[in-house]
Amino acid sequence: MAKLSLNKKLEILSDAAKYDASCASSGGERRDSRDGSGLGSSGGSGICHAYAPDGRCISLLKILMTNFCIYDCAYCINRVSSQVQRARFSVEEVVKLTIEFYRRNYIEGLFLSSGIIRSPDDTMVDMVRIARTLREAENFRGYIHLKTIPDAAPELIDEAGKWADRLSINIEMPTEAGLAKLAPEKNGREIRKAMGDVRLRREASREKTFRGRAKAKFAPAGQSTQIIVGADAADDRAILDQSSNLYANYALSRVYYSAFSPIPDASKVLPLIRPPLLREHRLYQADWLLRFYGFDAGEVASKGMLDLDVDPKLAWALEHRGAFPVDVNRADREMLLRVPGFGTKTVQRLLAARRHRRVRYEDLKPMGAVMKNAAAFIVADGWSPRGMTDEAALRNRFAPPPEQLSLI
Amino acid sequence: MREVRLPVIGTVATWRHEARLLAVEGVPSDEVLWHCGEGSGDLFADGSNASNNVASSIEIRLSKVALSSIQSALCHSDPERFARAYDVVLRLSRGDVRWGDRSDAGVRRILEQAKAVGRDIHKMHAFVRFRELPSDCDRRGFAAWFEPEHNIVEAATPFFAKRFGDMDWMIVTPTITAQFFDGTLAFAETTEDARLPKDDTEDLWRTYYASIFNPARLMVKAMTSEMPKKYWKNLPEADLIPELIRTAPERAAAMEAARPTSPPARAAAIQAMAAKPSPFVPAPGSPEALRRDAAGCTRCPLYRPATQAVFGEGPPDADVMIVGEQPGDREDLVGRPFVGPAGELFDEVAASAGLHRSRVYITNAVKHFKFKPQGKRRIHQRPNTSEIEACRRWLDHERQLIRPKLIVAMGATALQSLTGSGDGLLNRRGRLEQTQDGTPLLVTLHPSYILRLKDRAAALKARSDFQDDLAAAASFYVADSGMR
Repeated sequence: MAKLSLNKKLEILSDAAKYDASCASSGGERRDSRDGSGLGSSGGSGICHAYAPDGRCISLLKILMTNFCIYDCAYCINRVSSQVQRARFSVEEVVKLTIEFYRRNYIEGLFLSSGIIRSPDDTMVDMVRIARTLREAENFRGYIHLKTIPDAAPELIDEAGKWADRLSINIEMPTEAGLAKLAPEKNGREIRKAMGDVRLRREASREKTFRGRAKAKFAPAGQSTQIIVGADAADDRAILDQSSNLYANYALSRVYYSAFSPIPDASKVLPLIRPPLLREHRLYQADWLLRFYGFDAGEVASKGMLDLDVDPKLAWALEHRGAFPVDVNRADREMLLRVPGFGTKTVQRLLAARRHRRVRYEDLKPMGAVMKNAAAFIVADGWSPRGMTDEAALRNRFAPPPEQLSLI
Repeated sequence: MREVRLPVIGTVATWRHEARLLAVEGVPSDEVLWHCGEGSGDLFADGSNASNNVASSIEIRLSKVALSSIQSALCHSDPERFARAYDVVLRLSRGDVRWGDRSDAGVRRILEQAKAVGRDIHKMHAFVRFRELPSDCDRRGFAAWFEPEHNIVEAATPFFAKRFGDMDWMIVTPTITAQFFDGTLAFAETTEDARLPKDDTEDLWRTYYASIFNPARLMVKAMTSEMPKKYWKNLPEADLIPELIRTAPERAAAMEAARPTSPPARAAAIQAMAAKPSPFVPAPGSPEALRRDAAGCTRCPLYRPATQAVFGEGPPDADVMIVGEQPGDREDLVGRPFVGPAGELFDEVAASAGLHRSRVYITNAVKHFKFKPQGKRRIHQRPNTSEIEACRRWLDHERQLIRPKLIVAMGATALQSLTGSGDGLLNRRGRLEQTQDGTPLLVTLHPSYILRLKDRAAALKARSDFQDDLAAAASFYVADSGMR
């Protein structure tokens, strides 16, 4: 095989990495290099340095160390049975790209993933070496996200957590049956055990030693995972159940949803369909409802699939009109959070204002409420929705107009 | 009319100073004209600095949040910002308006402008693109040209000083240039346009940008709402965008139309080579075999949300077998029984009762953790009868394997599994019963019951009962081994 240029390798190995949705670079340990002895800072809110025309933010240099892989996961472009061109970065090349991109303010750090070469341990050793070189030889204080390999040895996971801000393991499929079918070499139990392990290590690193010192940090920005949506038959309820289970079990920072997207050189097992982007979007909205609005998976996805026409909170409100209208001057925080058009900030401002005076309808918009969605569901001084809340056609105010099906 | 002229560099600090002086003099807000930088000034200003309407002196008092938002809003490009801020500050200090009250037009405007400025600062942090300059010292040199919407250079650049501490850099904007040399950040008015040399790394970045884009997910609006076109002219990657958008549909269509290919010849060879050697198969009926089978148990639905089955542990010739309810949060993650808070209490009480954990076999009636997810926590749920029944098979196997002389049932679930009924635990505790096959069975409390008791006296009593029971088990075991 002819030797590939760095540019060509970058092309192959970033193309191979783009199906991973995660790009977070926020949180974790506060570091900077104001003292002049190193490069980089992290720990505040993340920064998106560019946006690709697919609307996804580019915050990290997201690449694979190599796209050679011994696994045969049907949904993945790098599976062993794919005809895609293969390449491999050396440790030095990844370090150089990261540092040079970082110095020019293109990125917040590195998100390194890899195909499995030879064995999980061999692969993990090289990934850990890249992270260590960045931290020790280059004094790099930016963000590092390492994808960990579930079967790798515990010492390697230990070291990965020492150098990286975030670790992640993709659970890939919402159900174990799906995983067994599409990713025969992966094992859902092992993935969950590995996540449990990361949670335990993170908790242990937060305890003080006997001498009262803080222990070495372990993945201070937490762990995350990704679920591919639309490659198997699982419905949204199954996906959201899986997510709330993962948040509770392993204290994940995020679960990412990635609409299964056609890949060049696809496997026979999977249909080549347009990625279900709207479904992905609704899942993210539902995920937010689970995490910040006090909903549970059974409530948002009671019908199995989320409503594609209206957002899940509005859909819930339309199904539960008996709970509305809500009086913004009296309702408690939990109920206010369930009003369509009210976000967490709106509710916070509303509660703060209520301590001083009564809230009028026209006060709500400046507080950030989306009145088009909220109006039918609230009572405020100077406003009552009257019959609107129970109007049979209320849904039509929000849903997109029906479209004539094309005849061909 | 008073006229205050603020400098281009240090505008906010000077405004604060001037506003404080004016407030002390008691000058009302409509009596002041604010200017920034060189300008013709107000044609109608009479030039006299004496004010006719002087009210009483005001001491400015502001909360930290208010001050920080007002300072941000002062970086906005709106020429009215200085006057508005002075007016709001006076009203806040007099107590005429409450900070954060968005129904007040002035406060709302300041909050909105502070937000716009914050966004502009954020975009500057994101979209500055450095190019390397030739450097003859150890520190590498970089420079960038950037056009912010508001007057944010002084507020936004300390971020770069923290981030790029080991290199020299400058950011040139149409009005102010920020320079960072040898660890010192300084500002000067921009005198000429910056001409930046070419930087080859930009080609790599452009390659990355084009490759990370997925043509099957084209969403131009999502991009332009976060990366508005006004920033594009200084982004090295931006001129790729039109072509990427134009070719995306055909690239996506080509992917959809492409027929699946057959795997390359090497695939089979690689997979054969990578195939794991067939795993060690323990002899049927051995503890290892039992443990392995239990790990794959799907006899009841509890296996789905849990991490793993937690099997018992202890010496295979143990005389005493301790049976608890089910693994908890920590046991589920670690994969060993009684390693959480209840396990700690058990270890502590058992040690003082003379029962050493290393000498007993300890296990649970149910091997998977039953819980309800709630945010980032798991709320323990009691296993129901069918789950206990389904799991009894494993407990029976363990009993056959260990053949204990005494079984200690901790709590109602263990008791139900071992005797068929968990009723009346508190009456039965401390009593010696029998399992169906005649093994002596000592009934006691579950340590997590003791942990849950809120009443201190009740908890102490329960703990001492628990200790008595474990001591009884220990003496049974001593007496029994003495007999042998």
